[in-house]
Amino acid sequence: MTADPAAIRVKDLVVGFGQHVVIDHLSLEVRKGEILGLVGASGGGKSVLMRTLIGLLPKRSGQIEFPAAPNESNMRRGVLFQQGALFSALNARQNVQFPLREAARLSPALLDEVANAKLEMVGLSASDGDKFPSELSGGMTKRVALARALALDPPLLFLDEPTSGLDPIAAGEFDALIKTLQATLGFTVFMITHDLNSLAAICNRVAALAEGRIAALGPLRAVLESDHPWVQAYFHGARAQMLHLDA
Amino acid sequence: MPTLQAADGDARTLNPGGAWTVVNVEAMERLCSDVRQQALRVIDLSGVTAMDTIGAWLFEKLARGAGRPSDVSFVRVPESYTGLLREVRALNRHEPGGERTRPPLARWLTEHAHGLTDDIVSFMDMLGALSIALLRSLRHPGSFRFTPTVYQLGRVGWQAIPIMALITFLIGAIIAQQGIFHFRKFGAESYVVDLVGILVLREIGVLIVAIMVAGRSGSAYTAELGSMKMREEVDALITMGVDPISVLVLPRVAALVLALPILTFLGSMAALYGGGLAAWLYGGMSPVIFIARLREAVSITSFEVGMLKAPFMALVIGVMAACEGFRVKGSAESLGMQTTSSVVKSIFLVIVLDGLFAVFFASIGM
Repeated sequence: MTADPAAIRVKDLVVGFGQHVVIDHLSLEVRKGEILGLVGASGGGKSVLMRTLIGLLPKRSGQIEFPAAPNESNMRRGVLFQQGALFSALNARQNVQFPLREAARLSPALLDEVANAKLEMVGLSASDGDKFPSELSGGMTKRVALARALALDPPLLFLDEPTSGLDPIAAGEFDALIKTLQATLGFTVFMITHDLNSLAAICNRVAALAEGRIAALGPLRAVLESDHPWVQAYFHGARAQMLHLDA
Repeated sequence: MPTLQAADGDARTLNPGGAWTVVNVEAMERLCSDVRQQALRVIDLSGVTAMDTIGAWLFEKLARGAGRPSDVSFVRVPESYTGLLREVRALNRHEPGGERTRPPLARWLTEHAHGLTDDIVSFMDMLGALSIALLRSLRHPGSFRFTPTVYQLGRVGWQAIPIMALITFLIGAIIAQQGIFHFRKFGAESYVVDLVGILVLREIGVLIVAIMVAGRSGSAYTAELGSMKMREEVDALITMGVDPISVLVLPRVAALVLALPILTFLGSMAALYGGGLAAWLYGGMSPVIFIARLREAVSITSFEVGMLKAPFMALVIGVMAACEGFRVKGSAESLGMQTTSSVVKSIFLVIVLDGLFAVFFASIGM
């Protein structure tokens, strides 16, 4: 095993469209085995940064390294898209099986067992596997999408607003699920979120993206202390709330 | 590579080794299938260098396959894998019930019979809703959506003219060429004018145009209405107290009912032109003679029969397209399925309707 503590290392990354530079010489290191939460203004480049890390957008300059898994393909990086992005022509079980089918040759029986196991791991029952994406509720869609993202036990998991569109109870349960699975399977999580509860409950570190750079990075408490004006504005009230909770 | 060996001198202990991860799954499955599970008591995981969920599940399955699962214990488990092993212990405990049995022939038949009655009922339903919307807009002419009707008329009528004219022109020419080729054997080439004239005006003109319109505009209607249903636009209309039938369906069907007779007329003319051209270039019949023969061969009745059918075919196509559009459910696949079925069913109904009209006109002597 390598001793490198980083799962993702980004150096001087620049991403832009035409005249518009979205990510401006950004550097960031995601540590192995941590849950990193990324916050930022809407339209401020959070999704652009994540899509660049996954390889869906081209970078203009800079370096992106994955020291933990240098030579592995995209298949070994689990991604949970905001709307789930389940294949509507396949049922939930087939959605989970899809990456497995592509990556390895399993017997049909084992394929079913593994898919059912993954569905159970994310808190669904095996019989939910017969449902099609159009028949799933928002929370179930997210869970199936998470099961699909975890199908190959990726060392790295990208989550795009995993709790958006869920009620606070479902969101809390989903956070707890990510935390549990992360503890069991030991993957690294890079997650975009606006949910302050998620940031407080499961993120080891928080990165604040402003003006195309990381404005503040560290445990939530440290980020709250940051004097960057945007970070101040973003967490305004949240900070007071946290202090209130402490008291 | 993963390995799986019995411990030296002890058949009851297994010593797996190597990487038990998804990339090696083929070898892992083969190794596991060779194990005599009955005797298994201990699985020693000290040699395993990497393990993911699939690996853990395969060990768990080996343990469950032994006489009494509780007899099998995992020993010398590397610290990082204890959580995973504990997790898989709880998985797949409930057998998914036997839901996925193949339906027998009888059930298949009844399902399809239900599908057929559903089709008929929803077609009638849509026809009724459309009639109500039409009557309402006759009583309050102000409520009729005039602008979308004109817009749709432009789309399904005006923009369709070039392709319709081209296709009917070619069909007319082909019929004339085939007619001349075969009639020549009997020296009856001049009768090709009767063939082309009657066939085009009574049947082919309207039929070809209706089938083209079903494929071109019926499919577009289904896809539009279906995606509106999918994105809850239809529900939004209902909550605003607006009848989606009068806003979305009536203008489309009205445009189609107006456009199809016009297209049929233009198509028939193009087909006669094509027939005349083929008769001239291929059969050596001068246009003057062709027109003179045509005047003798066809009566105004043939023309009327063809034109009378057009609005009814348009109605069938429009209603079917709307019906299938509103049946679209959430998925992209369902949109494709309903669009296909809209086109297939409209073309089928157009041909059936044509047959019924043929019987009807024959019995009233037209």
